[in-house]
Amino acid sequence: MSKVLLDIRNERLSFFTPAGEVKAINDVSFSMNEGDVLGIVGESGSGKSVTAYSIMGLNAEPGRLIGGEIHFNGHRIDQMSERELRKIRGNEVSIIFQDPMTSLNPVYTIGNQIVEVLRLHTHLNRKEQKARAIELLRLVGISEPEKRLKQYPHEFSGGMRQRIMIAIALACEPKLLIADEPTTALDVTIQAQILELMIELKNKIGMSIIMITHDLGIVSTICEKIAVMYAGKIVEYGTVDEIFYETAHEYTKGLLRSIPKLTEKQHEKLVPIDGTPVDMLNPPAGCPFASRCSSCMKICLSQMPEYTHLSDTHYSACWLLQKKELTKGEEEENRG
Amino acid sequence: MSKFILKRLGFAVLTLAIVITMTFFLMYLIPGGPFLSEKAPTQATLDALNAKYGLDQPVYIQFKNYVVKLFEGDFGMSLKQRGRTVNDIISTKFPVSAQVGGLSIIVAVLVGIPIGSYAALHRGKFWDRFFNVLSTTGIAFPSFVMATVLIVLFSVYMKIFPSYGLEAPINYVLPVLSLAVYPMAYISRLMRSSMLDVLGQDYMRTARAKGVSQFRILFKHALRNAVLPVITYLGPLIAYTLTGSFVVEQIFTIPGLGKEFIKSIMNRDYPLVMGTTIFLAAFVILMNFIVDIVYKIVDPRIKLN
Ligand SMILES: Nc1ncnc2c1ncn2[C@@H]1O[C@H](COP(=O)(O)OP(=O)(O)OP(=O)(O)O)[C@@H](O)[C@H]1O
Ligand code: SF4
Ligand SMILES: [Mg+2]
Repeated sequence: MSKVLLDIRNERLSFFTPAGEVKAINDVSFSMNEGDVLGIVGESGSGKSVTAYSIMGLNAEPGRLIGGEIHFNGHRIDQMSERELRKIRGNEVSIIFQDPMTSLNPVYTIGNQIVEVLRLHTHLNRKEQKARAIELLRLVGISEPEKRLKQYPHEFSGGMRQRIMIAIALACEPKLLIADEPTTALDVTIQAQILELMIELKNKIGMSIIMITHDLGIVSTICEKIAVMYAGKIVEYGTVDEIFYETAHEYTKGLLRSIPKLTEKQHEKLVPIDGTPVDMLNPPAGCPFASRCSSCMKICLSQMPEYTHLSDTHYSACWLLQKKELTKGEEEENRG
Repeated sequence: MSKFILKRLGFAVLTLAIVITMTFFLMYLIPGGPFLSEKAPTQATLDALNAKYGLDQPVYIQFKNYVVKLFEGDFGMSLKQRGRTVNDIISTKFPVSAQVGGLSIIVAVLVGIPIGSYAALHRGKFWDRFFNVLSTTGIAFPSFVMATVLIVLFSVYMKIFPSYGLEAPINYVLPVLSLAVYPMAYISRLMRSSMLDVLGQDYMRTARAKGVSQFRILFKHALRNAVLPVITYLGPLIAYTLTGSFVVEQIFTIPGLGKEFIKSIMNRDYPLVMGTTIFLAAFVILMNFIVDIVYKIVDPRIKLN
């Protein structure tokens, strides 16, 4: 039995903006075992990034964690001070961002930026740090690493910079790597190379990965489990097969319908579903998807559905499932 | 690098040549002459004086003579300050202006950069708005108004700081302050906006995600990027401030180059006008060159060419 690495329970996080409270994460729970690869999908603004960043205690102003527990690798992230969190960031949990072109500091050499994280979290001396930096560059497939260390970010292409970001993220061999749309800003051939590299490194190092993406192709190639987010909630969670072939939630169905053909080996972008996303300042009382759902019922408007567990790994929050469960229960009762 | 220096040197020579030529001929278009001031001299004395300084010759001959002397590094004799060479005047007056100006720039930078950064880090809060009002005022006030206000306040009423001369360190306070206020206000605004820009950059988020402390994020990752626009501004600022401000030197009775320059124009002291103009131009060019080099050191993306 593998160990639980990450366990988020009833997390709530809001941005207290001048216009009001934006409930970016509204009662989110999920857990991950060591070595898991979890995909988080959902449309823009659904809270994917905010959820992922909160695992390292990184909340952008004016965001505040207002409830729930985040257990990670034996720590209580939600109760740790900034000082304690700094020891974990870049060390036990690392992140790579969407845009490699702007994620590196333009005025420092990449050697400097790799060594920075080693200096923070390891006891290596200068010589060992340099050796480790060279080793890391080689690991992510950058040739002539000795020479490259002395170069500045602008001397690298986008794909190369994302490799460097990965090298920085892996420098201290983290337990968890968060990849926030790591290939969105890159062109297609480079995308494939970066993904290949990530899978290869995952197998070599054996870390867990959270992959945030819009790209269902990526999800199906690299992930084992998928969390579908909508309006700050996880509306469906399951293995890749369960999400793709036993789709439970109406929103997930919409997502999958918006791809022309799943069987085609193409990386398809999610096309937004009809209707506008929820106004996060004034979220509805019931199911957040109600205003766009073609199966919407009366109860959907007034009450948030509970999770229905469809298997050990598969659950979803939708009244249709609750109804099915109920009728199934009644049938069984009638039979008995 | 060496190619860049050569190219810049070429441009410098060209610029200086244009400045010298233009100034020389424009100067002669200004009505009046050096010997026509208070008591009108007789025609005979005037002819004699003109002959002595070569002003009786055609302008182009005068120009040729001037340029030849210039190549020997000789700016000629002052027409009004009997017996003093222009070289001598510049070399005694410039250090005075440079000292006052240099101090004011140091003050402006040392105050402006922290204030701008602080305001950016506390955007919208009390101190940000407070400094905003202060810097707007600082920019709106011309230096002579500032100088007058400072004198009235600190010399006349409080009698803390002297209002003229440069005998003791305490004499420097008011002139340095009146020169520093504008650049200080300008630098703090520049710094605030560039710091805000930098704070929103993705690489700042990367630094946080690496576990870098708030202190190092600010001083290592943000400051060096945010200070770039200030460096650009510093080039011309240093050039103009070190060479002296006429107004401030006049108000505080400081024997500096700025005052000398204006006086020389009023007096039609042709060699002194030429000398100071050429010196100013060369200094501006030099400062811009230095700024380019410094900029390149701070921001590796810049290509020198
Ligand atoms: N700094 C902030 N201030 C105010 N609101 C914010 C801030 N950052 C995020 N939000 C809000 O939190 C919600 C979730 O944002 P998040 O960035 O997690 O979305 P996302 O799912 O990652 O979207 P995308 O696919 O566009 O990256 C959004 O409604 C957004 O408006
Ligand atoms: S709960 Fe109701 S509105 Fe929400 S997805 Fe299910 S059917 Fe649609
Ligand atoms: Mg995002």
